[in-house]
Amino acid sequence: MTTLRVNGGTRAVDADPATPLLWALRDLLGLTGTKFGCGIGACGACTVLLNGQAVRSCITSISDVGDQEITTIEGLSQDGTHPVQRAWVANNVPQCGYCQAGQIMQAAALLKDTPKPTDQQITDAMSGNICRCGTYQRIRAAIKAAAELGA
Amino acid sequence: MTIENLSRRDILRGMGLGSGLVLGFHVGFRSLPAWAAPETQFAPNVYVSIDESGTVTIVAHRSEMGTGIKTGLPMVLADELDADWNRVNVVQADADVKYGDQNTDGSRSMRQFYQPLREAGAVARQLLEEAAAHIWNVDPASCHAQNHAVVHQPTGRRLGFGELVKVAADLPIPSADHMQLRFKPASTRRYVGTPVPIVDLADIVRGRATYGIDVVVPGMKYVSIERCPVYGGRVKSFDAKDALAVPGVEKIIEMEATPIPSGFDPLGGIAVIASNTWAAQQGREKLKIDWDFGPNAGYDTTAYRAELEATAKRPGRLVRGQGDVADALHSAAHRVSADYFVPHYAHASMEVPTAVAHVTDGHCEVWAPTQNPQGAKTVVAQALGFDESKVTLHVTLLGGGFGRKSKPDYVAEAAVLSQKLGAPVKVTWTRPDDIQHDYYHSICAQHLEAALDAKGRTTAWLHRTVFPPIEATFQPDVTYGGAGELQQGVTDMPYDIANVRCENGAAVNHVRIGWYRSVFNIPHAFAVCSFADELAAAAGQDPLEYLRQLIGAPRHIDLRAMGVDYPNYGAPLDVYPIDTGRLRGVLDLVAAKSGWGQKLPARQGRGIAVHRSFLSYVAVVAQVAVGNDGQVTIPRIDMAIDCGLVVNPDRVRAQLEGAAIMAIGNALYSNISAKQGRIEQGNFDDYSVARTDITPDTHVYLVDSSAPPSGVGEPGVPPTAPAICNAIYAATGKRIRSLPIDTQQLKAA
Repeated sequence: MTTLRVNGGTRAVDADPATPLLWALRDLLGLTGTKFGCGIGACGACTVLLNGQAVRSCITSISDVGDQEITTIEGLSQDGTHPVQRAWVANNVPQCGYCQAGQIMQAAALLKDTPKPTDQQITDAMSGNICRCGTYQRIRAAIKAAAELGA
Repeated sequence: MTIENLSRRDILRGMGLGSGLVLGFHVGFRSLPAWAAPETQFAPNVYVSIDESGTVTIVAHRSEMGTGIKTGLPMVLADELDADWNRVNVVQADADVKYGDQNTDGSRSMRQFYQPLREAGAVARQLLEEAAAHIWNVDPASCHAQNHAVVHQPTGRRLGFGELVKVAADLPIPSADHMQLRFKPASTRRYVGTPVPIVDLADIVRGRATYGIDVVVPGMKYVSIERCPVYGGRVKSFDAKDALAVPGVEKIIEMEATPIPSGFDPLGGIAVIASNTWAAQQGREKLKIDWDFGPNAGYDTTAYRAELEATAKRPGRLVRGQGDVADALHSAAHRVSADYFVPHYAHASMEVPTAVAHVTDGHCEVWAPTQNPQGAKTVVAQALGFDESKVTLHVTLLGGGFGRKSKPDYVAEAAVLSQKLGAPVKVTWTRPDDIQHDYYHSICAQHLEAALDAKGRTTAWLHRTVFPPIEATFQPDVTYGGAGELQQGVTDMPYDIANVRCENGAAVNHVRIGWYRSVFNIPHAFAVCSFADELAAAAGQDPLEYLRQLIGAPRHIDLRAMGVDYPNYGAPLDVYPIDTGRLRGVLDLVAAKSGWGQKLPARQGRGIAVHRSFLSYVAVVAQVAVGNDGQVTIPRIDMAIDCGLVVNPDRVRAQLEGAAIMAIGNALYSNISAKQGRIEQGNFDDYSVARTDITPDTHVYLVDSSAPPSGVGEPGVPPTAPAICNAIYAATGKRIRSLPIDTQQLKAA
C-alpha cells in the first residue's frame, strides 16, 4: 500500500510500487484529467506538479513520489480560476483539448518560477508538451496573458 | 469519471432517443440536471428539444475532435431558433441513423448540415410562434421569436420559450418541407458569424472533459493487445505463463487475425486482461509469441520508394487529358521537369485509439472516441454477430482524430473482448501500438513536366502520381487511385494551360493506408504548388505574378465536360464549382497582407502557394529563415481562406493555425519508414512532430462570403508545406522535392 498526497488530500493506493503515477491517478484514483500520451516522457500530456515542479507522471513511479505533494489539473484551483486556466479560456486555446491539462500544468510551473517569461523561456519550458492540433500560438499568448494576471 | 446510466426515457420522449442509456457526464452542463427536468418536452425534430424550464437542448450529432463542430452546428440551430446561447445545453448524440450522416471526415459537417440545422431551428421557432399565437388568439404572423421568448409585436406581450412548451408540444409537427419556413435575414443573426467559445472549454481547462480514454464502467477490465509487427501476420503460437505471473494480470485472450485487406476489422493478436492499464502493459512485455509474419514481411520503404519513382517515370493510366502534351513538350522553347516525394505519415492523435465496451445478455454498449459512430456500430455488430439494434454506441470527445478515428478497428477490439470475457473492458493502445499499427498516410512519388513558350508561359502540363490507394485497405488487388483520390490535387488542377495530361501509376500496398488530414491533397499540392514555383523561376518571373497568370481569368472549370471522372468531394458542381476567381481572391488577399515582395535579409525568403481542397480555397505565404547550419525557422505564416459562409470565425482561425502546425510537422519532421515489414518509428522520440519552438507568428484572413459553407478542418494543410519549401528556395536557391526536408542540404556553402 502506497500513500499519496494528492490535491490537498491523502489517498492510499494498492499497487506495485513501480506503477507510474499516471496510471495510479487515472485507473486507481479516478483522476482522469491527467492524460496518457506516450509513456516515455516525450509528449507532456501526463504533466502534474510534485511540490510545485512539473514532472511527467508516466515515468514517475509511485514509490518515487514519497510524501511530495501531487497537484493534478483537478487540483490546480478549486473552481477553474487559476490565472493559467483563466488565460486559457480567454484565449480559446483548446481545440480537441486532450493535451491541455499537461500544457496548463507545465505553464503553471513555468510561471511560478518565472513570473514574466521571455519567448525563449516559454519555448524552453513548453517544448516537451506536444499539441497535435497545433494550438501552440495560443498557448504562448495565454502564458503571456496569465503572466499579466499574476500567475 | 464513472458513468451513470441515466434512463432518459421520459425526459427525451419525442426526441426519438427512446430508452437509450446516456452518459451522466453529458447531462446538465449548463442546465438543470436531467433527472430534475420537467415532464413536458417540445421536440419538433431529432436535433432540438425544449423543456418547461426553457432549457434548449441541442444534439451535436457529428464528432468533436477539435474542429469545434460540436459548438458550430448547434450555433446554427440556436441562431435560427433565436435562442439565448446561455440557455442552450449541447449533448453529444449516440450513433443513430436518424441523425443522418455522422461520419465526421472530409471537412463536410458544416457543408452538409448547415441547412438541415438551420431548418431544424426554423421549424422549432415557427411552432413556438404558433403556440404563442394560439395562447393569445392572435395572428401567428404578428408573433416573433426574440431572444428565447416569443413577442406579440402589436401589444408587446411576451412568453418565454419554456412557457410555450406545453402548447407547442401539442401542435402537429409538419415535416420541414411541408412548412413555409422563414429564415432569419443575415443581418439579424446573433451567433453565426461571431466568435463563440467551444461548449467544452470550461471542462477542458479543469480536466473534467471526458474523452474515450477517460470512460470508466464499474467492474471494467483493462486491456493491452500485442499485435503482429507486420501487417497481415498472425500468431503461430504463444506462451503466456510469464505474463500471467505479473501482478494484476488476470487473463490472456488470443484474438483471431482478420485476413488482409483487413479494412475496419481488428488486426488480431494476444490480449492481456488486467486490473489496470499498467499491469496489462507489463504483462504484454512478458508474452512470448511466435509470429507468422505473412506476405508483407519484406516491405522496405527505401526500396518501395525507388519502385514508385520508377513507375512515375513511365506513362500511366490517363485520368485527365486536354490538347497534345507530347507535341507541346516537343516543340517547347523551354522544358521543366521535377520529381517529388512524400512519405508515409502517422496520425499520432494525442489520445491513442481506445474504447470501452460492455456486452451483456445479447446487447453491447460501447463508449468510443470515434469519428464514425454509425460505421463503428456496424463493425461492432458484425464482429459480435449481433443485429445493429443490439448495439448502443456513445460518442465521447475525441483527443484528436485527423482521420485515424474514422476507422473503428479499436472499437471492435473492445467489443469482441468484452463478449469473450463477459465483463466490461477498456482497450487502450500504447503510443507504439498507434504509430506501428496505424492506417498510414499513403506514400507518394510524382513526376511533373511542363513546356514553356518564349515568353515563359506554360503551354503544357504533365503530372504523374503513384501511390498505394486507400481502397486497397478494403479490397484486394486495388493498385490504382480512385477518382476521389485523384481529384485531390491532380485532376482538379486549376491552371489555365492548353495541354494537360494527368496520369496515375499502379502501386501495391503493404500496410493499412487511410485518410490522414487533407489526404491526397498533401502530396499533390506539395508537387503542384512547388512545380508552379519552379515554372516561375524558369520563366524568370515573380512567383505571385506567375501564379496569377497560371490561374488566369475568373471562370468555373467544368472538369466533367472535359471527360474527367471528377466527384467534387461529393458536392454538386453548380453549388460548389471550381471557381478560379475565388482561388485568385485568396491569393491576392494573402499577398496583400503578408508583405509579399518586401525585401528580407540574406537567407530569408517568402514562398507562396494556393490550393483548393474540400471545396475551400486557401493561399499561404510562408516566411522562412535558413541558418548557415541548414536549420529552418519559420518566423511568420499568412493564410487566407475562402470557405464560404463562416459560422464560428474563431474556430476557423484556430483550424488554420493548427493546420499550419501540422503541415510544418509534415514538411520538416515526420516520416514513417518500414524495414522487413516493421515500422521503424515507435514513439514521439523517433516519430517527430511539430513542437512549440517552430511556431510561426500565424496570421489568418477570412474572406467575407455568403457562398454555401465548405471545408475548414483540412484545407489549410495542403498549401502550407509547399509555401515553406518555396520560401526555402527564395532564401537559399535550393529546391526541396522530398519530404521531410533534409536540412543537411541547406547548409551554407
